[in-house]
Amino acid sequence: MLTVEDLTVRFHHRSGAATAVEGVSLTVGQGEIHGLVGESGAGKSTIGASIMGLLPAAGEIASGRLMLGETDLRALTASEAHQIRGKRISMIFQDPQTSLNPLMTIGDQLIETIQAHEEISTDAARARAIALLEEIGITDATRRIRAYPHQFSGGMRQRVVIALALCTNPELIVADEPTTALDVSVQAQVLKLLRSLARDRGVGFILITHDIGVIAQVADRVTVLRGGRIVEQGETRQVLTAPEAPYTQALMAAVPPLDHRLDRFHLPVVVGEETETAGAEAAREAEDWLREGIGSAAGPELELSGITVRFHGERQGFFGARESFTALDDVSLTVRPGTVMGLVGESGSGKSTLAKVVAALVQPSSGEMRLGGAQLPFMRTRHRHHPSRRLLQMVFQDPFSSLNARHRIATILGEPLWLYGLETDRTRRDRLVRSMLALVGLPPEAADRYPHQFSGGQRQRIAVARALLSRPGLLICDEPTSALDVSIQAQILNLLKDMQSRFGLTTLFISHDLAVVRQMSDDIAVLQGGKLVETGPSEPFFTRPAAGYSQDLLANTPRVRFDRSVA
Amino acid sequence: MLAKIRESEALWLFRRSPAAMLAALIAVVIITAAVLAPWIAPTNPYDLSSFSLIDGLLPPVWQDGGDPRFLLGTDDQGRDMLSSILYGARLSLAIAGMAMAVALVLGVGLGLAAGYFGGRFDAIVMRIADIQLALPAILTALLIDGISRGILPRELHDDLRLGVITLAIALSLWVNFARTARASVFVERSKDYVQAAIMMGQHPLRIMLRHILPNILGPLLVIATVDLASAILLEATLSFLGVGLPADSPSLGTLIRIGMQYLLSGEWWILWIPTIFLVVLVVSINLLGDFLRDLFNPGLR
Repeated sequence: MLTVEDLTVRFHHRSGAATAVEGVSLTVGQGEIHGLVGESGAGKSTIGASIMGLLPAAGEIASGRLMLGETDLRALTASEAHQIRGKRISMIFQDPQTSLNPLMTIGDQLIETIQAHEEISTDAARARAIALLEEIGITDATRRIRAYPHQFSGGMRQRVVIALALCTNPELIVADEPTTALDVSVQAQVLKLLRSLARDRGVGFILITHDIGVIAQVADRVTVLRGGRIVEQGETRQVLTAPEAPYTQALMAAVPPLDHRLDRFHLPVVVGEETETAGAEAAREAEDWLREGIGSAAGPELELSGITVRFHGERQGFFGARESFTALDDVSLTVRPGTVMGLVGESGSGKSTLAKVVAALVQPSSGEMRLGGAQLPFMRTRHRHHPSRRLLQMVFQDPFSSLNARHRIATILGEPLWLYGLETDRTRRDRLVRSMLALVGLPPEAADRYPHQFSGGQRQRIAVARALLSRPGLLICDEPTSALDVSIQAQILNLLKDMQSRFGLTTLFISHDLAVVRQMSDDIAVLQGGKLVETGPSEPFFTRPAAGYSQDLLANTPRVRFDRSVA
Repeated sequence: MLAKIRESEALWLFRRSPAAMLAALIAVVIITAAVLAPWIAPTNPYDLSSFSLIDGLLPPVWQDGGDPRFLLGTDDQGRDMLSSILYGARLSLAIAGMAMAVALVLGVGLGLAAGYFGGRFDAIVMRIADIQLALPAILTALLIDGISRGILPRELHDDLRLGVITLAIALSLWVNFARTARASVFVERSKDYVQAAIMMGQHPLRIMLRHILPNILGPLLVIATVDLASAILLEATLSFLGVGLPADSPSLGTLIRIGMQYLLSGEWWILWIPTIFLVVLVVSINLLGDFLRDLFNPGLR
């Protein structure tokens, strides 16, 4: 139905042209889901935009054929292309928050779209809209059609977006990361919906994603892209179980498995970034320094008991009472010395709030914390010079905002050294910083550059180096890899594992991704809606989860191992 | 790499914007000429012995009866207009620049602290800012002038006139800086690098000045440029109304006020030349401000 032949797309910049996509060919048949998978910069979204005719102004299709049935998509005039968009091809975007108009009811948006493409009365359009909403699993559609987008949850909103894409009976839908913003349980439902739409309605899908798990769950055929070129193409089962290209093999090796624990990811050099390690010799100084400060004993124990956090909402009117919201409800857990506690939960479960309570960035309303047996004060009472300020360090989720863009790496990394009075001599401080960079797998010269000169993975290495330079005992990692590509994620997880075991750091590791948590943790704690659902040793949890919620969570996490649970 | 791109992008956009280039050129020429006035002006208008009534009311050179010694003509006292304008601009720019600096330090300081600490301190500072905004700048200036006149001996007051007018202008400009700084701090404060610094236990003052301030300088710089133009205008207005500087040390506003008497009498240059000069200066600084705003806010491009 859709045939793409030898597509090449160039982007024109001041500095010249850059080729984003080169020589890509693929076909999508009726009722087929074709996955486009690759890491950032692979050109997958550019292919989607070319098919939709929505390339940004700087982009240009340099050569190739784009055929939808008998229609040559490249030969269309602007108004013909506009007609085809929506009528025969539609699109589902990543973020359901921004792809719906917040000031229009769901019904009005659907009716508007239907009438834009068909001469049809408003009543008939409304009837079609209601039928559509019911088809995609929105109950009580007659009433809910009058609701505004903000009255729906994230998953429901994405269903509405899908309904919007479907309402003109298109032949092809381009879905660009349709489940990336969703929790796993919602993701599973949305993927199931896509699958059934392809089967029942015969709609062809181009599914753009960075997540191989999603591909494994629903795609019939898959194209693996790298740097704008096709690396491998074929049936999903074939490509994922017996990948031929070295890149695909390496990519598969970097995907954290849900069903067993790896000691380390074994990454061939094909993927990830050059770490240009300066060698163990350069890192020796930092390693000795850390050992000298941290000693050989395992890190301190962290004990939380009865932690409750309430956030006060906006005052309702001047004299009104404040509505409060309980983010954490009586959470008690213990991170054993020198072990990794994996903290799991969906968005809104309170896992980041818990990290912030420990880090003294959020004030709990009740409970108690102990670090290494001594009482750990809450935010308001934890003095700037409290010893835990140094002992307790954090690696943040977003490596682009966790480093001050205006400071050199040397300044950023030197900060803990002078702040805690660990090293008073300037030149020694500088040597230590450079050696620490070597320890985390960066060249010592990185110290002279600014954060924006590094990729996400490299910045996360810098963030780890900053944490280590205060000679910590407890490390909090809040989704440290969720902003990274899968191959980079594997490298960072390797680094964290190395550092954790070498220096016996007690670690609180937070992630929404169960597969990642399995690779990292000795113990695990599951949060749901601010309540602790289950806690215990990690391996038994993954084989026999006790709580019903944990079982759902495990079942919904996509596995790359091949069993098509959704069919 | 990205900083280099951004820097070169600034230069590139600048080269592609003729208005910005022309504005920058004019502003630089005027400001340099004003700063160098004592060395480049033909005469010193403050020196009573350097001019004579015989040369009074001469038109600019290109008009009949012009004298090549006085390029832009003379006023009723025989003072060279060009020299008066250069010295006047020097005074105007000095007052505007000082007022801007005071407003910047005061506003950014209060805004940083209000945004960082929030709560009661924030509420108090912002209410004061609201009140300040409700008072017209001229009223503030008259108020300060009046109060200082009341509490200071006459001679002291005359000596301090420059300070009084600077303070009056600064007081009506700081609110902009404070609001912008506060809003930017709110955004930056929630970012992880600030959270990391708080977590590490760094001193609040250090977090504000070393971490947050460099990251919010962009919008503040834009406001500073646009406000420099407002400060020049405000000074001119105050002087025009007679609240500002006395006639013996004329700023641009004073020159325009003096020129008003000749509006209908044929000696047009005494009014129009300083006025046009003021307009060109303010417009070019404003254009520069617009360019900077577009640069820091790509959404508007």
